[in-house]
Amino acid sequence: MLRLIWLVPALPLAGFVVLAASGGRLDRRSIAWIGAGSVGLAALAAIAVAAAFVAAPPPAGAYTQVLWHWIEAGDFSARASLYLDPLAIVMMLVVAGVGFVIHLYSVEFMRGDEGYNRYFAYMNLFVAAMLLLVLAGDLAFLFVGWEGVGLCSYLLIGFWYRDAVNGAAAQKAFIVTRTGDAAMAVGLFLLFASLGTLDIQGIALRAPGAWAPDAAPVVAATALLLAGAVGKSAQLPLQVWLPDAMAGPTPVSALIHAATMVTAGVYLIARNHVLFALAPAVQYAVAIIGALTLLGAGGAALAQHDIKRVLAWSTVSQIGYMFLALGVGAWAAAIFHFMVHAFFKALLFLAAGVVIQALGGEHDIFRMGGLRRRLPLAFWAFLVGGASLSALPLVTAGYYSKSLILDAAWASPQGGAWLWAAAWVGAALTGLYTFRVVFQVFFGAGATTDTHRVGWPIRIPLAVLMLLSVIGGFVEAPQVAGRLEAFGHFLASALPPLQPAVAPGTGFALGVAEGIASFGGIALAYAFFLRRRSIAALVARSAIAAALHRLLESGWGFDRLDDHLLVRPYLALARRLRADLADPGYDALAAAAAAAHRGLSRSQNGRVRWYAGGIVVGSILLVGAGVWL
Amino acid sequence: MSASDLPILLPAYGEILLLVLASAILLVDLFLPERLRGLTHWLSLATLAACFVLTVQVVRATGGQAAYTFGGMFVADLMANVLKLVVYAAVAAVLVYSRRYLAERGMLRGEFFVLALFATLGMAVMISANHMLALYLGLELMSLCVYSMVALNRDSATSTEAAMKYFVLGALASGLLLYGMSMLYGATGTLDLTQMAQVIAVGQVNGVVLVFGLVFVVAGLSFKLGVVPFHMWIPDVYHGAPNAMTLFISTAPKLAAFAMAVRMLVNGLIDLAGDWQQMLVVMAVLSMALGNFAAIAQTNIKRMLAYSTISHMGFMLLGLLAGVVGGNRFSAPDAYSAAMFYTVVYVLMSLGSFGMVLALSRAGFEAEELDDYRGLNQRDPWLAFLMLLLMFALAGVPPTVGFYAKLAVIDAVIKAGQIWLAVVAVLLSLVGAFYYLRVVKLMYFDEPRDAGPIAPGRDVRWLLSANGLAMLVLGVMPGSLMALCLVAVQGLYPLAR
Repeated sequence: MLRLIWLVPALPLAGFVVLAASGGRLDRRSIAWIGAGSVGLAALAAIAVAAAFVAAPPPAGAYTQVLWHWIEAGDFSARASLYLDPLAIVMMLVVAGVGFVIHLYSVEFMRGDEGYNRYFAYMNLFVAAMLLLVLAGDLAFLFVGWEGVGLCSYLLIGFWYRDAVNGAAAQKAFIVTRTGDAAMAVGLFLLFASLGTLDIQGIALRAPGAWAPDAAPVVAATALLLAGAVGKSAQLPLQVWLPDAMAGPTPVSALIHAATMVTAGVYLIARNHVLFALAPAVQYAVAIIGALTLLGAGGAALAQHDIKRVLAWSTVSQIGYMFLALGVGAWAAAIFHFMVHAFFKALLFLAAGVVIQALGGEHDIFRMGGLRRRLPLAFWAFLVGGASLSALPLVTAGYYSKSLILDAAWASPQGGAWLWAAAWVGAALTGLYTFRVVFQVFFGAGATTDTHRVGWPIRIPLAVLMLLSVIGGFVEAPQVAGRLEAFGHFLASALPPLQPAVAPGTGFALGVAEGIASFGGIALAYAFFLRRRSIAALVARSAIAAALHRLLESGWGFDRLDDHLLVRPYLALARRLRADLADPGYDALAAAAAAAHRGLSRSQNGRVRWYAGGIVVGSILLVGAGVWL
Repeated sequence: MSASDLPILLPAYGEILLLVLASAILLVDLFLPERLRGLTHWLSLATLAACFVLTVQVVRATGGQAAYTFGGMFVADLMANVLKLVVYAAVAAVLVYSRRYLAERGMLRGEFFVLALFATLGMAVMISANHMLALYLGLELMSLCVYSMVALNRDSATSTEAAMKYFVLGALASGLLLYGMSMLYGATGTLDLTQMAQVIAVGQVNGVVLVFGLVFVVAGLSFKLGVVPFHMWIPDVYHGAPNAMTLFISTAPKLAAFAMAVRMLVNGLIDLAGDWQQMLVVMAVLSMALGNFAAIAQTNIKRMLAYSTISHMGFMLLGLLAGVVGGNRFSAPDAYSAAMFYTVVYVLMSLGSFGMVLALSRAGFEAEELDDYRGLNQRDPWLAFLMLLLMFALAGVPPTVGFYAKLAVIDAVIKAGQIWLAVVAVLLSLVGAFYYLRVVKLMYFDEPRDAGPIAPGRDVRWLLSANGLAMLVLGVMPGSLMALCLVAVQGLYPLAR
């Protein structure tokens, strides 16, 4: 059964090939069947493989399938291999499962779009690349998936390419993530140069022997990998692309820019946790980046008007939590939060998509209101997702995963009270910005709309994700809710558990504190945005608050900073260099090539005696070469 | 089963079958009415298929070991058998690609098939020759058939002129080759390549005579490979010959020429490697430079591909000249297998790109101007995509197989310590990328000029698809073909020790 693992990425890839090759000859029904069906089959294959793995774990707790030897050049060898261990299983199930429900949703959501075929082709390619990324056993092969998802992200952000704004957003995403990818590629070169292999398990085996903790090469390599992860996962200071990426269709935002691709950085670090454990300084930097990002992005989410931008900043913030967990060594907690986040964030986006479509493309939450009655399904979905995001204690999955991270931040030797406090403030912020949207959009008075009826392809995904956003957390529970560690145990063979665990008494106190943060945030939102709007209006009128609001809305001004610091100087330099000294050099090269061409063409004059003469002269030259050289 | 238990002629079974069947086709075709000409086509394909299967059986029977017959004049080692298999497949593909083209121009006559099959026989003999006479016999059998094929359209002035040029220059090259062989005979007292290698290894040979002989032998085989300064026939003949004949001469004979180079230089004269490697360096650099620079502004795709052939053969020579380093043959198998891989891949690329020219042509339209490729993507996206793969492969863009072919050769050159040569090769390939990518640009970014129907037959479409996709598949998984080339080269007599 495990041998079928190759089918998991191959099925969506086949779907992509069929859709891309069809060249628009298929009708919408077939496109939907192929597009969603291939991912559905991949999900089934993933479940079957996972079940077989759990039923009879392979020796050493992992299964490797070498597909073929991809590159053999000198000492360099890259195998196209798939590596299945508990970590890969979790990632694979989430990617294939969430991927499938979002495809199903898209069948109806994208129904009216003229690019239906192109949409599903790109989406299938994305799922294939993402599955490759999480299943690859070799960093070079992983990089193929890594770049593949980047490409699909670019293509899908700019899906409605006729609008120049979308194209610009796509380019921004591509260029910013590419900055990180370039660093990551250098990191891979460095790893290969030092360890002689890019096989992930090989690296994990050789690294501890080759490097002392905090040795220079391992610090450099992990820092470069971290740069790649930061770019992909939209963490400080490369977070600027994600809010703009919301230009793509909403299911794309749900799948790529919330549930799966943006968390690839988390996976990369978790996958190479052995390296990061050897470089405590870099690992600490991961935690700091995570803490700063979760606070900054949480603040930015508070000031957005566009419903999707709120969710985008919230994604950045939640990935900040995952980085924090990685930074304090709570690997399993990061993956747990990744999984739960995939459920509730996809749910939130899909619900937002229903709202946006019902309002004819309206994104501004201040032009919405009172939609609770007209769009009950979207309301309940958004409420459940929002509650899970706000980590409403005990009843939502988000609570279990987030409190695990907070506990770890407190208890871990790399953590501490400050990191815990940052995460705690972030938790309160989360409740505040989430329920700001909930109250603004679904309560109070507001825009009128006809009742928007949605079909089963949208209902089922919402229902499934609602269920998962609630019960998905019951596999791991903190101290306060009765200790349960099923998830951590499952991952234990791939990711070492956190040492030391939280003491029982402290754990209870922490749990209560976390509950207070969650309720506090929601209560503040209730007060400001539903009950006493006058207070909010009063605060908003003060100059300081207005300035702060502008700063937050612009995402702490990073765009302007980048614009002034990087983009403009670069463009100015490019303009200045337009007619520089290098150009004549290149032109001379081209002119020389053209001249060489003319000269050589003249030698081909069509006369046989010249040709025969050429042969004779050539022979004489060879005699010269043979006798005198 | 030991070699002595095998039937004595077993190594040459494939060639004997080919001779018999080709003669049979010659006779059968005489009595066929015009409307049954298609039968000759299928019979020829069946002949090639039969030879293919029989050659596989010969490999099975000999277990991949070298087997000699005809008193050691004929050898069937693994390299010979592998190259023959590729030759049979390539010729079969040529027949499939060119059938409609020839039929539309009234050239689908029995002569074409018989000449093609006898040329194939000549190539097979060249590939298996272990004696200079056998080699020459195969060479002339192939060359004479090819001269006539170029002139098959006897009413076309350009074709007959091309054939004349080819014949005259080919005769000159044959003369040089024979002169060189006679000198080698004079120096060593034998024409048997194995014995020649042994005599030279012992020493006591007149060095100057030997080197002169070597020079003329190298000149003769350089003519067949078409490397500078023995290349001048290539653009004129490729351009002047009917497209189907250009397809033929640009593919399978290259394999035979490669085998000839290996037989002479490696099997027979490896102890003179220090001398001939120097010559190959000069010719390789000149070929890559001339081929690429002369190709950049051509407006005719056949002429462009002709110059590209010159540059590719120059690139292939890099593999041959990197084998022996300071008298040490340690890295020779890697280098020679890289050259062999390059040749096989080149033949596949050439088949596909000239096959595309044929697929796009129709009665009264040759599809040989670059302008004819403008906007191909709008007219037939799938063919445009296949052409894109082929052009990428020729340019050496990863992940197509052209990249790995170049990588393997350059790897060998670097291992031989000739860094400057690797740098030159890469830079000149860069020049080459310009004109290959220009075809892609024309296909995808320009408006179509030609609005005629594109209707290659179903068989051509399938074969072209397989051919084009092979660029991608072999590029992602080059391992098995590379391993095959390595094993084949390791079985060569001087390297097997």
